[in-house]
Amino acid sequence: MPGGHSFLDVRDLRIHFPTDDGLVKSVDGLSFALDRGRTLGIVGESGSGKSVTSLGVLGLHNRRNAEVSGEIWLDGSELVGAQPEAVRKMRGRKMAMIFQDPLSAMHPYYTVGVQIIEAYRVHNDVSKAVARKHAIDMLGRVGIPQPARRVDDYPHQFSGGMRQRAMIAMALSCDPELLIADEPTTALDVTVQAQILDLMRTLQQEFNSALIIITHDLGVVAELADDVLVMYAGKCVEYGTATTIFEHAEHPYTWGLLGSMPRLDRAVTSRLLPIAGAPPSLINVPSGCAFHPRCVYEPRTGGLGSTVVPELADAGGGHLVRCHLPTAERRRIWAQDIKPEMEGA
Amino acid sequence: MKASAAGACRPARVRQGRRPQPVSVVSYIIRRLIGAVLTLLVVSMITFGIFYLVPRWVGASAADLASRYVGRTANAEQVAAAVKALGLDKPFYVQFWTWLKAIFVGADFNTGTSIEHCPAPCLGYSFIGRNPVWPDLLDRLPVTGSLALGAAIIWLVSGVAIGVLSALRRGSFFDRTAMGVALAGVSLPIFWTGIVCLVIFSYGLGWTAPGGTYTPIEQNPALWAYHLILPWITLALLFSAAYARLTRAGMLETMGEDYIRTARAKGLEERTVVTRHGLRAALTPIVTIFGLDLGLLLGGAVLTESTFSLPGLGKYAIDGIIASDMPKVMGVTLLAAFFVVVANLIVDVLYAVIDPRVRLG
Amino acid sequence: MTEPGENTSKPAGKPGTSETLLEVRGLEKHFPITKGLLKRRIGAVRAVDGIDFHVSSGETLGLVGESGCGKSTAGRLVTRLLEPTSGSVVFEGRDITHLDQGPLRPLRRDMQMIFQDPYSSLNPRHTVGAIVGAPFRIQGVKTEHGTKRAVQDLLKLVGLNPEHYNRYPHEFSGGQRQRIGIARTLALRPKLIIADEPVSALDVSIQAQVVNLLEDLQEELGLTYVVIAHDLSVVRHISDRVAVMYLGKIMETADRDELYARPRHPYTVALMSAVPVPDPRRRSSAMRERVLLSGDVPSPIDPPSGCRFRTRCWKAQEVCATEEPPLIARVGDPAGHLTACHFPVTDDEQIAGRTRPAPAPIPQGG
Repeated sequence: MPGGHSFLDVRDLRIHFPTDDGLVKSVDGLSFALDRGRTLGIVGESGSGKSVTSLGVLGLHNRRNAEVSGEIWLDGSELVGAQPEAVRKMRGRKMAMIFQDPLSAMHPYYTVGVQIIEAYRVHNDVSKAVARKHAIDMLGRVGIPQPARRVDDYPHQFSGGMRQRAMIAMALSCDPELLIADEPTTALDVTVQAQILDLMRTLQQEFNSALIIITHDLGVVAELADDVLVMYAGKCVEYGTATTIFEHAEHPYTWGLLGSMPRLDRAVTSRLLPIAGAPPSLINVPSGCAFHPRCVYEPRTGGLGSTVVPELADAGGGHLVRCHLPTAERRRIWAQDIKPEMEGA
Repeated sequence: MKASAAGACRPARVRQGRRPQPVSVVSYIIRRLIGAVLTLLVVSMITFGIFYLVPRWVGASAADLASRYVGRTANAEQVAAAVKALGLDKPFYVQFWTWLKAIFVGADFNTGTSIEHCPAPCLGYSFIGRNPVWPDLLDRLPVTGSLALGAAIIWLVSGVAIGVLSALRRGSFFDRTAMGVALAGVSLPIFWTGIVCLVIFSYGLGWTAPGGTYTPIEQNPALWAYHLILPWITLALLFSAAYARLTRAGMLETMGEDYIRTARAKGLEERTVVTRHGLRAALTPIVTIFGLDLGLLLGGAVLTESTFSLPGLGKYAIDGIIASDMPKVMGVTLLAAFFVVVANLIVDVLYAVIDPRVRLG
Repeated sequence: MTEPGENTSKPAGKPGTSETLLEVRGLEKHFPITKGLLKRRIGAVRAVDGIDFHVSSGETLGLVGESGCGKSTAGRLVTRLLEPTSGSVVFEGRDITHLDQGPLRPLRRDMQMIFQDPYSSLNPRHTVGAIVGAPFRIQGVKTEHGTKRAVQDLLKLVGLNPEHYNRYPHEFSGGQRQRIGIARTLALRPKLIIADEPVSALDVSIQAQVVNLLEDLQEELGLTYVVIAHDLSVVRHISDRVAVMYLGKIMETADRDELYARPRHPYTVALMSAVPVPDPRRRSSAMRERVLLSGDVPSPIDPPSGCRFRTRCWKAQEVCATEEPPLIARVGDPAGHLTACHFPVTDDEQIAGRTRPAPAPIPQGG
């Protein structure tokens, strides 16, 4: 790759929204890289900035409302500083997005076929007949039965799972190399979710696309992601492979997320281990480490936690952690306190 | 999901939609048609009630009613004859049936001096004017129609255009000015605006016609437009203000929807996003209201026609009221009601055509 | 490491008071579908189509299922927010199935509901104090030190600052609003609480807080819960017994540990295997064990004859279309474990997932 970039290379991305109440720092210095054929899971709760990041990569923020800075390199082209028209031409073709609620994300007045045809013809100069055939083809590939008939149905005539498949078909219609899925299964039943995740995995292999999956559900992340990025208050607090994050997590917030979930594969514990407090305001981000008001280990940082913003440091082998606690201590806490408590010993 | 500060939560689970059985558009139309006919029947009953029953309930006698038909100058003998001739002494349901029948097959009216035949559709016979009402209505319909349709096109185009631009440039100088003017336009009464415009443009500058004349379009299109241009603009001003505000609100709501974001994510040009995706969805309520407004106007733009002295249905009704010529007033009322019901029907059908989700009902 | 399925602390199925607080028999709710001007009834949405269950005092019953299964409707039927089409709801020995609103009102002190959406279940025009204090006012209950003090005690009980008495709901986060809703529910010390998806609209870490709170409150105040949810993990954590619903009927019901260790109904098996497990190492084995159900859930207007699940069940045979399986205990199962299936999944059975080759046997307790 020219310039030594990965296929997708985000560097120090900042997305701020000036509002009457103050500057909302939704994304505040985010960096990550992704290659084709790999899946990155971005995990975070409300207000972590994960959705804003995905919209930022696609260039969907209104420049009148948002201040976007940093660099986004996609296959050698930089997007933040590029002309909006150039970025528009890449949307749908080089990068595409799947949204959370397919019922509201598709236009209610147009058939599914029309919407897929539209997506295809923006980037391909073909006749309507050719585009329609392609649309039927795509619907079949995502597993919708009787695609030639269903191509003329409206979104509200599909069930939830089928509708999400149709949206996936629409997103993939131009063979994008980067696919971002923003909470694609949150609005679906669990059995349908399993089907959709299975479909996404298959399609990714088929298209060899780079996939970013944004979710709050750690189970979904474990299913699909090769690498995991944990976001909190607009920053990355931990980054590593999926195995690393689930087996050797080193950030107190990640510990908190892992401990908050009841799990089917473990014994029932007497109490869940929630994180105290609530997600922070993005206007008045806590000083120092944004997580410090909710962190039980903050006293051990000797005052650093509330005053100095920790740097994202490599804890070994590409495992990045943003925390003031020394690596050795974090590992000790994980091995002796967190892991056993989660496993119900 | 929009970017949110702390405290927002992810939306609740959406119900998985069952595949509903789509009812064809034809059956939808048929049901609406039947509804329209029934509504017209009810409207005619209410109209009849207002003119024939309510006065009796508040104490007027058949003679009082009859005197409304023959005018204020009739003597007692003529009034008595009128009561008999009009059948005002018969039971209510007979009167209603006679009246209803007349609409379809015509009727004969005894004026005291002769028997006049009022052919179908007979919406009434004016004793004062000594002629059936219906031909008068037909004469005046083109005037009102020209006025209404011409103004409608102007207000629709200008109102929607301004509304869209305001929504896209929300908060800008253009937006604030346009909405301010719109607020004024909606608040000013039309007879004031009309008279002011007449004073300035017709009598002062001499640019436009002084009102009072109507030239049919087939006679001289240029003259037709010349006589109507000021009434059109005056009437349109009022409505376009309302439509600008409506469109703006609708566009703002639509442009915030998720499917707009999806359209952009597909790489569509912004122009396409705004028109094909945004405006199309925002226009649905506009179309509905437009149909109703037009329907109402066709029944007589009373104030405008009076201000500009145009010989339309509205002026006809006013003249009838002043002269106490009840059949005239009733005729206009019934015709106006007919237009409103038909407009409602068309709008309902259009809605189903535009919004596929509605067809299930 | 303890085996999954064995619990370490909270015993499933509380011993002690086994007094039945709520008993539901043959409960049905059909929503009529009308057509035409005359509103002819051409069919009905059979949201709940004959369910039986009971809840004992002090325990938590989890009612789990996917969208459209009727669990939310069931919750509303039990609290009489809806009137059943047929069947019976007996609360504390009293048949409340068709009671009028008048006699129902005093009963509402003992039976309350927590709603799913903390954003729409609180009136944005009322202060928190007014919201939580409303039950006292509506029921005409006088407290020792006045309503305000009682409300502040309640706010403290659910972990909120009592000084926020005069704030409005929009000033609180989602989790806090749910706590407000819980405080309101607890105002008159009800005996039974129906919680309809109490945590699904909240962030994961806040979910855990609220779940813990609900458990603490149950212990402190001796509450009985019916928790309606779609999240199997949350239900497993909080429940003593669980009932699985599908298309208006209960497919299986058992003690919590028993159900999750030995699910008998194919739907339960599919449901549990579909939950993504947060363990990347198990990704491939999870894929192999997963049962992928094909097709869509049938319409509740016209459910399949016989067993409702047969259209998606890989074990369906002829008898499943003609005979509806009764909800009874199968051979070898404990008395409380009821399954409605002609061919329940046995312990040593190999699950042939629809699209997966060479299935692995179900590990014990998986």
